[in-house]
Amino acid sequence: MDLLNAIVALSNFVLIPAIAYGSQLALGALGVTLIYGILRFSNFAHGDTMAFGTMCTILVTWAFQSVGISGGPLPTALLALPFGIAGCAALILATDRGIYKFYRTQKAKPVIFVIVSLGVMFIMNGLVRFIIGPDDQRFSDGERFIISVRDFKALTGLKEGLAIKTTQGITVITAVIVVALLFYFLNRTRTGKSMRAYSDNEDLALLSGINPERVVMVTWLIVAALATIAGVLYGLDKSFKPFVYFQLLLPIFAAAIVGGLGSPIGAIAGGFVIAFSEVTITYAWKKVATYALPDALAPDGLAQLLSTDYKFAVSFVILLIVLLFRPTGLFAGKSV
Amino acid sequence: MTDMTRNIAYFAFIAVLIIGTGFIQSWNSALFVLNFGLISAIMALGVNLQWGFAGLFNVGIMGFVALGGLATVLISMPPEPEAWAAGGVRVVTALILGAATIVGAILAYGALPKGRLRALGLIAILIVGFFVYRAVFDGGVQAVEAINPANAGYLGGLGLPVLIAWPVGGLLAAGAAWIIGKTALGLRSDYLAIATLGIAEIIIAVLKNEDWLARGVKNVVGLPRPAPYEIDLQNDPAFVERVAGFGLDPVFASTIWVKLIYAGLFAAVLIVLFMLAQRALHSPWGRMMRAIRDNEVAAEAMGKDVTARHLQVFVLGSAICGIAGAMMTTLDGQLTPGTYQPLRFTFLVWVMVIVGGSGNNLGAVLGGFLIWWLWVMVEPIGLGLMQFVTSGMTEGYWLRDHLLESAAHMRLLTMGLVLLLVLRFSPRGLIPER
Repeated sequence: MDLLNAIVALSNFVLIPAIAYGSQLALGALGVTLIYGILRFSNFAHGDTMAFGTMCTILVTWAFQSVGISGGPLPTALLALPFGIAGCAALILATDRGIYKFYRTQKAKPVIFVIVSLGVMFIMNGLVRFIIGPDDQRFSDGERFIISVRDFKALTGLKEGLAIKTTQGITVITAVIVVALLFYFLNRTRTGKSMRAYSDNEDLALLSGINPERVVMVTWLIVAALATIAGVLYGLDKSFKPFVYFQLLLPIFAAAIVGGLGSPIGAIAGGFVIAFSEVTITYAWKKVATYALPDALAPDGLAQLLSTDYKFAVSFVILLIVLLFRPTGLFAGKSV
Repeated sequence: MTDMTRNIAYFAFIAVLIIGTGFIQSWNSALFVLNFGLISAIMALGVNLQWGFAGLFNVGIMGFVALGGLATVLISMPPEPEAWAAGGVRVVTALILGAATIVGAILAYGALPKGRLRALGLIAILIVGFFVYRAVFDGGVQAVEAINPANAGYLGGLGLPVLIAWPVGGLLAAGAAWIIGKTALGLRSDYLAIATLGIAEIIIAVLKNEDWLARGVKNVVGLPRPAPYEIDLQNDPAFVERVAGFGLDPVFASTIWVKLIYAGLFAAVLIVLFMLAQRALHSPWGRMMRAIRDNEVAAEAMGKDVTARHLQVFVLGSAICGIAGAMMTTLDGQLTPGTYQPLRFTFLVWVMVIVGGSGNNLGAVLGGFLIWWLWVMVEPIGLGLMQFVTSGMTEGYWLRDHLLESAAHMRLLTMGLVLLLVLRFSPRGLIPER
């Protein structure tokens, strides 16, 4: 019985949150890795792209709520998501036309692109703060829980409860659907194949008649969709705050690099590696240990390896280890 | 127009901006702009060393600046004997144990044969080391933080003169830069950017959370100053008499005088560092750096150790940022970890270097002053602009309130726009590299 309680507590506080967070990171890292594969630079504006897409979604959600449209038990934000993606895509395509295209035709060095993306990050960050303000926004509505602690306890008679938030369920389901669609697109459709060809060898792709501008445009559209979905899921699960989205940049980059920059499957694996390490290392294990271990061995303190304030340090240390020992990442990304 | 006259014109323009601020606003704010402009110019010099000389992309300037600030506390604050007696030794022992664990892991990595044994050995050393470290460390920290938490609750500093903190700040930043450079250099250029972004966040997190070190978000206030206090000057009959001779109010004169002392100190540091950077740029070493920047493959073929030179210049540049950070904390008179924002300390410095002219030390200094002035002035200008835009709207209209409220975020937009416009239309900056 105690072991069951330990497992339930572990799932409640570690497994479920980590799976949800990992899915969000994976979606974010997929965007970073796609840009890296096709456009060949690390996009520092990705966190703020996520924030912008989320902001568009929030604004549409509020509009829907004010006219009385709701998603029933599901959050209204899911209905608003397509509009958010459209808004984000419009902004991203405009930045590409107005800013990145110039450097692409010049064949500028990747590091110039990175600096330019830094400037774009500023502007997007400014826009978001300008429109919605720097404060916390909560926009989830509908049912809060798929199963709440009390229901679970009544159902099983265990001492520990298990709660699955609706947002966590939605996150995982959406992530699976999005990833499945993305891989179908990349591996089965003509456009997807041309994207992969372009990513593998630009010159050869050009020779075989692939239109580079089209590939780039499709990439940005996919990135806009991925970034908005990742941002909205994160915002639903936690809350929306522009500065937090900027800070997400580090775990997202760490995830993409751990998996191997440029490798989509690596980005997903990396997202979960980072999320699980972050949650397990900053979780106070006292409760689980008290159930699982005999009384004599039960810990006195919280049994927390690192305080949650240092969760970014976890992704950073993982990043350093990967850079030291395997700079191409787990799934051998494009280049060193 | 020759380069010389153009440069003189640029700096004359800066002088006009600062003096104009003095006439229009007040001399105190003009000197404020000047002092921070001097510090910004030093930071820009450091980043120019990395980016302009060597093409290294450092997005963690904030972290190195904050380390400089930490050095000010560690050097200049008086020690807290009670805290040392309660747990100081224990904390220091724990830190030494932690460092020994990492050194041990590195040694083991070198000594053991490749394979499963090495992996297991490393993991064992790290895990055991971590738990031993935590066991010693936690108790020490609790004991230290329990001593007089309202006013102290930390170990204090060494009680040395605050000017010593400036070079020490540089050393701290150099140490952090060495660790980052050792891991991330020699790989893709993007990796250095990401690694520096990470270290900056972590340094700030440490400063915010490790109360035993520098009181965390409770801030250390009342740092010793290299200049006299205004109130002492006002109570000093000799000073009052002297300023009365100029027909000045002693309160006003004392604030100006203190700021001038700071300005003199900062200017001295800036001039020394500028001369050093100029000498470096025009030495064989500087030419080698630029050769590496322009064509790494060719430089490597000529027998240059690209990664080692990159590490060298990265450490040097970060050290300069650390010195500037220590100077800034000295000027503020307090260490407030909550105020370190990447926008203000990392990206602003980047805008300075790129606008001023990367690869040119004079350009970096110019950019430091110019962008700092812009940064200070954008907010009032933005507010004025918003008031102008909204002047046609009725009082209480939601859009009007919203626009006026958001004027504070104009800075982000302006800095982003300036960066993009300069990169696009004048990528070599105001004073281009020769």
